[in-house]
Amino acid sequence: MTLDAAGLVSFSFYLFAAITVASGLLVITARNPVHSVLWLILAFFSSAGLFVLLGAEFLAMLLVIVYVGAVAVLFLFVVMMLDIDFVRLREGFQQYLPFGLIIAGILVGELITLGGVWQAVGDVSANLADKAPDATEVDNTAALGQLIYTQYIFIFQTAGMVLLVAMIGAIVLTLRSRPGVKKQNIGRQNARRPDEAFRLVDVESGQGVDPSAFRQTGDRE
Amino acid sequence: MTQAAIPNLAPALAEVFLAVAAMALLMIGVFANAQKAFGRTQVFAALTLVIAAVLVISGAGGARVETFGGLFVSDNFSVFMKVLVVLGALGSLALAGPYLREHKIARFEFPVLMVLSVLGMFIMISSNNLMSLYVGLELQSLALYVLAAINRDRNRSTEAGLKYFVLGALSSGMMLYGISLIYGFSGTMDFDILAGFVAGHAPALGLVVGMVFVITGLAFKVSAVPFHMWTPDVYEGAPTPVTAFFAAAPKAAAMALFVRVMMGAFGDTVDSWQQIIIFISIASMLVGAFIALVQTNIKRLMAYSSIGHIGYALVGLAAGTTAGVEAVALYIAIYVTMTLGTFAAILAMRRDGGQLEEIGDLAGLSKTNLPLAVAIATLMFSLAGIPLLFGFLGKYYVFLAAWQSGLVELVVIGLVTSVVSCYYYLRIVKVMFFDEPDGALEPIQGAGVRAVLSISALVNSPLSYFLLLAPLAGASAWAAQSFL
Repeated sequence: MTLDAAGLVSFSFYLFAAITVASGLLVITARNPVHSVLWLILAFFSSAGLFVLLGAEFLAMLLVIVYVGAVAVLFLFVVMMLDIDFVRLREGFQQYLPFGLIIAGILVGELITLGGVWQAVGDVSANLADKAPDATEVDNTAALGQLIYTQYIFIFQTAGMVLLVAMIGAIVLTLRSRPGVKKQNIGRQNARRPDEAFRLVDVESGQGVDPSAFRQTGDRE
Repeated sequence: MTQAAIPNLAPALAEVFLAVAAMALLMIGVFANAQKAFGRTQVFAALTLVIAAVLVISGAGGARVETFGGLFVSDNFSVFMKVLVVLGALGSLALAGPYLREHKIARFEFPVLMVLSVLGMFIMISSNNLMSLYVGLELQSLALYVLAAINRDRNRSTEAGLKYFVLGALSSGMMLYGISLIYGFSGTMDFDILAGFVAGHAPALGLVVGMVFVITGLAFKVSAVPFHMWTPDVYEGAPTPVTAFFAAAPKAAAMALFVRVMMGAFGDTVDSWQQIIIFISIASMLVGAFIALVQTNIKRLMAYSSIGHIGYALVGLAAGTTAGVEAVALYIAIYVTMTLGTFAAILAMRRDGGQLEEIGDLAGLSKTNLPLAVAIATLMFSLAGIPLLFGFLGKYYVFLAAWQSGLVELVVIGLVTSVVSCYYYLRIVKVMFFDEPDGALEPIQGAGVRAVLSISALVNSPLSYFLLLAPLAGASAWAAQSFL
């Protein structure tokens, strides 16, 4: 049996989808929390594969770079650094299971209702002011770039200001200046020359060196 | 691929200037000598705000200009409200110096954060899209959370900051949920398209639910009942100049945003939101009047007073007419002058090198410091809405607008709560003029406090009532033209 292109795509889809679902299940059932995080990384990778199959290569890259590269590694650090007793966290799992299922059921019901109402309202696409650029003309990385950096540049820049405020805020609320801390002064460090930094002395045996001769103007601190 | 044109930056000149200036201020603060950093950034921040106001006013052409693909709008209303925000920020910046130095929190980031939060308020006021509304709101709120907690070694201040932050995050969440529903049921976040969409046919239920969530978030930001719980604690816990800022500038900006969303985006479906506004307006007026009766701390009293005043301003919005918008603009302008003066008076209450906050501490002030007592009495009469003072003018306009829209019950309840609230304002006057003094207050420290107090007392005096009446009413009518 030979696989044509379409067959290959559907084969890859089922492969990635099965791996995603299986590793998702293993994330929540694995006994060892470090294994959970590793399964999570696998789930991210296979979802990235699904994105590539959809033609959304930029999202796939983001998923790998941001989620696998940063978030999952951060998780791993947290799991390894914090001494959380996962066995105790899982206590009462069966006791709370029915209640959790009821809430999950209600949520699903609400989502379905909302979707139904939304369908009933009719087509609102006429209102879409900033439709995404045509996918046949530009690839989706360029399309996202057009939306974020051209159409919504104002919001992008304002979001940057929000992050600046967050940075200033974190410094204002936590930075304390401690007296007596020795700090590196790079300017002085670079200005220091060998002839004033050290001196060769002939030490006669049994005589030693007079330390007062080595105190320099540079040793103020 | 088409080459995108650079958006027209002229309408947003003041915002661009503020953003760049805030970063420059940060540099000045970092590189200046530690002792001089605060004073220097304070002066430059004041200068920045003045220049921003000049840019805003010079851009007032009367016509409505949109830019950034409809995300940002500049019109008469935005000019009026931005000037108010700058006034509120300048006033509280002028009050800040001596208090911050005394409490050892005169950090150069303080004026910088103030400028950044003013930038957020400008973006809120000029937003013409639910997305720019949200980023503007977050920018101003985030700066305010930090300002509330800036006295980080005092438990009250950090508690205020944390409370404000947690509840603010909650309200942002609700607002975002509402925005997502509005987007789902209308397909747009642009106010103009939204207005055209709701005008066409009765809004879908999902759209109305989304709108209610957005109103909830906005009501939190203006501290209208039942979303006012944070106000007294934050006002009491935050450093007094920060409280003055909270009470003046963000209130004006959030109220402007409220008007813009309700009248701009949902102006053609007044029936679907009028009841909600009427309800929160009545509840705010009642809470503002009755709970304030039992307060003994003057900052808490002012918190409840501000809740009540927001209730009165919402009466104007509930009218849902251009006259109502005019009344709201006028009311907020008057409220900003009154509230800045009152907080200057609170900062002037000092004895034995410490700040006083109890109403009882004002006892017999008329015998020890008559000018201060007269200034406070003028402000209290104005807050109470006694005729021939500005406070009365604001109430008259909002009630008139509501009356013309047939909201008779709302006007009656407003008048009753107005009379009730007279009691606690007049109690302060009574304490100052008829109680026996138990020690004189210190002379007022700082030229800024003295200036803000005297200017706002003069503005609220019967003297200026006749002088400023016509220009102020004219300006607010001009601002309301944006919603014709």
